[in-house]
Amino acid sequence: MTIEPNRKDILLEMRDVRIDGFSDERWHKIIKGVDLTLRRGEIVGLIGESGAGKSTLGKAAMGYTQPGCKLVGGSILFDGIDLVKASDADKRKLWGTRIAYVAQSAAASFNPAHRLIDQTVEAATRRKIRPDAESRADAVELFRALQLPNPETIGGRYPHQVSGGQLQRVMTAMAMSPRPDLIIFDEPTTALDVTTQVEVLSAMRNIVEEFHTAAIYITHDLAVVAQMADFIKVLRFGEEVEEAPTRQMLTHPEKPYTKSLWSVRALEKPEVKGEDIVLSIDHVDAAYGPLKVLHDVTISIPRGRTVAVVGESGSGKSTTARVITGLLPPTAGAVSFNGKPLPAALKDRSKDQLQRIQMIYQRADTAMNPRQTVYEIIARPLEFYLGLKGKAQEARVIDLLKMIELDESFMDRLPSELSGGQKQRICIARALAANPDVIICDEVTSALDQIVQEGILKLLLRLQKEFNITYLFITHDIATVKAISDEIVVMYRGKVVEQGLKSEILAPPFPDYTQLLLSSVPEMDPDWLTNLLAARPA
Amino acid sequence: MQSEKMATRSSDHEGNARLNAVLATILKRLGLGFATLVVVSAIIFSSISMLPGDFGQAVLGQSATEETVAAFRKELGLDKPAVVRYFEWAGSVLQGDLGTSFSGRNASGQDRSRQVSDLVMPRLWNTLFLAGVTALIAVPLALFLGLTTALYRNSAYDRTVNAATLTTISTPEFFVAYILILFFASLWPVFPSLANVNATTELGERLYRVALPALTLTLVIVAHMMRMTRAAIINLLASPYIEMARLKGASRSEIILKHALPNAWAPIATVIAFNLAYLVVGVVVVEVVFVYPGIGQLMVDAVTSRDIPVVQACALIFAATYILLNLTADIIGIVTNPRLLHPR
Amino acid sequence: MSEQPQTYEAAAEVGAVRKRRTRLERTGLLLKSAPPSAWFGMIVVGLYILVALLADVIAPYGEAQIHPVPFAPWGGEFMFGTDQIGRDVLTRLIYGARNTMGIALATTLLSFLIGGGLGLVAAINRSWLDQLLSRFVDVLMAIPSLIFALMLLSIFGSTVTSLIVIIAILDSTRVFRLTRAVAVNVAVMDYVEAAKLRGEGLGWIMRREILPNILPPLVAEFGLRFCFVFLTIAALSFLGVGIQPPTADWGSMVRENASLIQFAKYDLTAAITPLLPAAAIALLTVAVNFIVDWFLHKTSGLRDDH
Repeated sequence: MTIEPNRKDILLEMRDVRIDGFSDERWHKIIKGVDLTLRRGEIVGLIGESGAGKSTLGKAAMGYTQPGCKLVGGSILFDGIDLVKASDADKRKLWGTRIAYVAQSAAASFNPAHRLIDQTVEAATRRKIRPDAESRADAVELFRALQLPNPETIGGRYPHQVSGGQLQRVMTAMAMSPRPDLIIFDEPTTALDVTTQVEVLSAMRNIVEEFHTAAIYITHDLAVVAQMADFIKVLRFGEEVEEAPTRQMLTHPEKPYTKSLWSVRALEKPEVKGEDIVLSIDHVDAAYGPLKVLHDVTISIPRGRTVAVVGESGSGKSTTARVITGLLPPTAGAVSFNGKPLPAALKDRSKDQLQRIQMIYQRADTAMNPRQTVYEIIARPLEFYLGLKGKAQEARVIDLLKMIELDESFMDRLPSELSGGQKQRICIARALAANPDVIICDEVTSALDQIVQEGILKLLLRLQKEFNITYLFITHDIATVKAISDEIVVMYRGKVVEQGLKSEILAPPFPDYTQLLLSSVPEMDPDWLTNLLAARPA
Repeated sequence: MQSEKMATRSSDHEGNARLNAVLATILKRLGLGFATLVVVSAIIFSSISMLPGDFGQAVLGQSATEETVAAFRKELGLDKPAVVRYFEWAGSVLQGDLGTSFSGRNASGQDRSRQVSDLVMPRLWNTLFLAGVTALIAVPLALFLGLTTALYRNSAYDRTVNAATLTTISTPEFFVAYILILFFASLWPVFPSLANVNATTELGERLYRVALPALTLTLVIVAHMMRMTRAAIINLLASPYIEMARLKGASRSEIILKHALPNAWAPIATVIAFNLAYLVVGVVVVEVVFVYPGIGQLMVDAVTSRDIPVVQACALIFAATYILLNLTADIIGIVTNPRLLHPR
Repeated sequence: MSEQPQTYEAAAEVGAVRKRRTRLERTGLLLKSAPPSAWFGMIVVGLYILVALLADVIAPYGEAQIHPVPFAPWGGEFMFGTDQIGRDVLTRLIYGARNTMGIALATTLLSFLIGGGLGLVAAINRSWLDQLLSRFVDVLMAIPSLIFALMLLSIFGSTVTSLIVIIAILDSTRVFRLTRAVAVNVAVMDYVEAAKLRGEGLGWIMRREILPNILPPLVAEFGLRFCFVFLTIAALSFLGVGIQPPTADWGSMVRENASLIQFAKYDLTAAITPLLPAAAIALLTVAVNFIVDWFLHKTSGLRDDH
């Protein structure tokens, strides 16, 4: 950084910050010398994948390190105050009043024993920023500004009595209450559904703009941060990759790593129409006890194609998978495979029927027995379905490992010795070992970093081409849908909203819900949110 | 989306709903506790019917005639159906009648046996005194140690206390007791090694005599309770809302008093109840070591002489105390749970 | 993707790579990493087992052999003196190791057989049988186990068999709860569902998918339960209702020689005599606790580093 002519503006200045963390009985470097300069009223987006150290750096901007971490070098100046040398008491005077923090999980970060309003005004009242009664009145105005329902009375409620999206906005009000100079937003919308995310995001942006508050916005989603930040800093493995103004970062990233952050968005499978229906779900109702979760669901899946099922949490997309696999027999309707009806319950299906439909799970960690080696995991379906033993079995396992771009050196490893992407590949090999017609993929990439996701999606596409496999791809992520699908099924509250070719579904005219869902997915355009809000009726 | 439009109810309505939810949960828990007590008493009662057939002979002596044995069996009610006997027994227990002791009978049919309640009551009081004295010292001490070690965890202080308590936990109560006797009664006689008290012993003297038994129990209980308190507090302090409170500028004392404590009642009550229940059991061995005339020693003597009515009475008292303590902890947990106090 | 200069290879992704070793090598490495406390524990337990096995060889006298000198002092013919009826204390200590540990071990094994077996069945059944067993265990656990044991012993009498059976049944309630809890946690894992979807039978799922994954907590629990059972039996014997004479046993040895403590001022070694078996009990439980602590630390670490 060159010396700025107007240093008076600078609110936060971090130089060569180094932080170590303690795990596995030794100290590791988490932040390896990062600089950050922030002016008053400016918003910086800190972006990076898991393990990049972005959250640790964000908290360090407050002079705070989590238990198990320690600051080992560098300087942190907040408005001229040296936070590295400041005593705990001095830092406490800043925290909650001049620097505020908004956490990812609002539900866990509110004290269950106190009313929301009491927690909202706590910091302002403690430091006597204004009389308590004024703070309470001000909090109501903040609730109103953040578009919370019933702003006068919502503060009287307890955390467990309001929804996650609302809590996240109350937490923003709590941060704003003492009118801080700086707010740190730590992945505030990550846990929310996309349609809720839009509402929370716009409320946060408005209020930060209104009070001209500086902010550090931490997230792994570049499209989200593009709506908020003036400039963006990309972190990886505790080091800065690059820093640039938002528009420049999106249009002309300097480093290839930055580009890889939206690599899945760059993938797009050309759609192919399919005629031969391999699996069809006809008018299925399903229920967990008295709770009905699927209503008259009809989906048909053509052979050798990918049908993506999209929807938010609670839309019934995973339940549909449970009905197909026989784990949850439907209360009405039926599933048929190659034109013949499948028995409703798992135990009534033949070995052959089971072999034809395989499943891959979201969390590869829990989908593999941690006490079995990669060889045992892949060889079991070979022995179980195909009766392969001895040399033939070993040769086939090596074959399968090659198909998923791994080699035989992996055979003796336990799942705990694999990376996230490798684990998911082993799960793919296990499904492939059965020579299936259909593979159900339940959110298989959502727990992975972008570049790994891209690798897995490409692998799935290649395997589809080679073996004419059919995928039923369950996901909530529209970018993934674009990357992999031929056809799309949109689900909402246990019902199918529409089904059709990708090009038809992603083009107008849209049914209401599809419109809402699609428009809520953040795009790589800094003006996206502004335009969206302008287009939406108030 | 829909949940965003949650209607806010009037506070009056909320007050009623709160009371109802808490009351319903408490009543449910009380009912469950009562049911457990009934089943437990039935098990304790039915133990008498598991006695071998020649038991009457054994109690009355070899020379007992068939008539006296038959009369004895009739007195025990063994000629009636078990269900009838249970309700008769439970009815008289509720009225404070715990039956008649087996000891003091002989072959001639002469009966010098005593009422079980006469045997149990004075000793029950002695045991409660000993347990009470121990609890008064142990509970505050353990809570203090647990809290401070949790706050200053991994310090030298924490590690010392932890090592000491781990050793105490692994040690039988009688070992602790005899070591204390060796040092404080034998080598350096400041306290009596026998804690013989009776109804006329005055409070000061009583306290002096129970010093060593109370100290033994304290050592054992404090170790358990301190470790559990520490674990509960550490668990609580790891909650994200505690970190949030720190980042809002709350001081250490504010965090403990305002943010941790309101959520700590349930775990702390559970820890205390669990350990007082443990105290009830530990008291048996300690009473025997110090020949303290409490209900634990009475029970051990009755087991040795196979005086079943006394054993049953003691077991019932111990079990009832145990159930009651756990019930209290659960109810404290219920009335301090914000989710139940403020239902949706 | 020509503008993606970064070459990406799945095999090159960093996993926590570990070298594969034989079981023996791994055991060797594991032992090397053991902290001093665990070493101390293992050495003590090893010595105890050796003494118990070789009791007949190393004990100077017969288990119940009575010498004409009761309460003989330490040293000379009798290293730790004799007890109130003239039995050699050292001999009784050595045989006590065999009896007390043997009975405690048998009890713990039986309790795991009952509690572990029923716990697994309940976890997989999850219906009326689970309900029935769980409620029954709730009731049994509502009575303090020492009190329950005392009551049952008064009815069935203090024989070794009734002691083992009664304590094993009472203790199996805790084993049942733990086994059921950990097995239920494993049974909801995706890999168990994957095995079900593959069409595997109940036997395979129990043996290959669930059991290997609940073994570490069960092994640790075995150590802890053994300590608990051991202390309970020692306490019962001390109270005079456990292992009966002439069988040598540490708990009853403390009781029999307790009166010697009063003579500490005149003969300290005599006063220590009743503390010897008590110390033997304490040392073993401390040692087992150390090993379990280390084992828990190891296995929980293994679970965390995925």
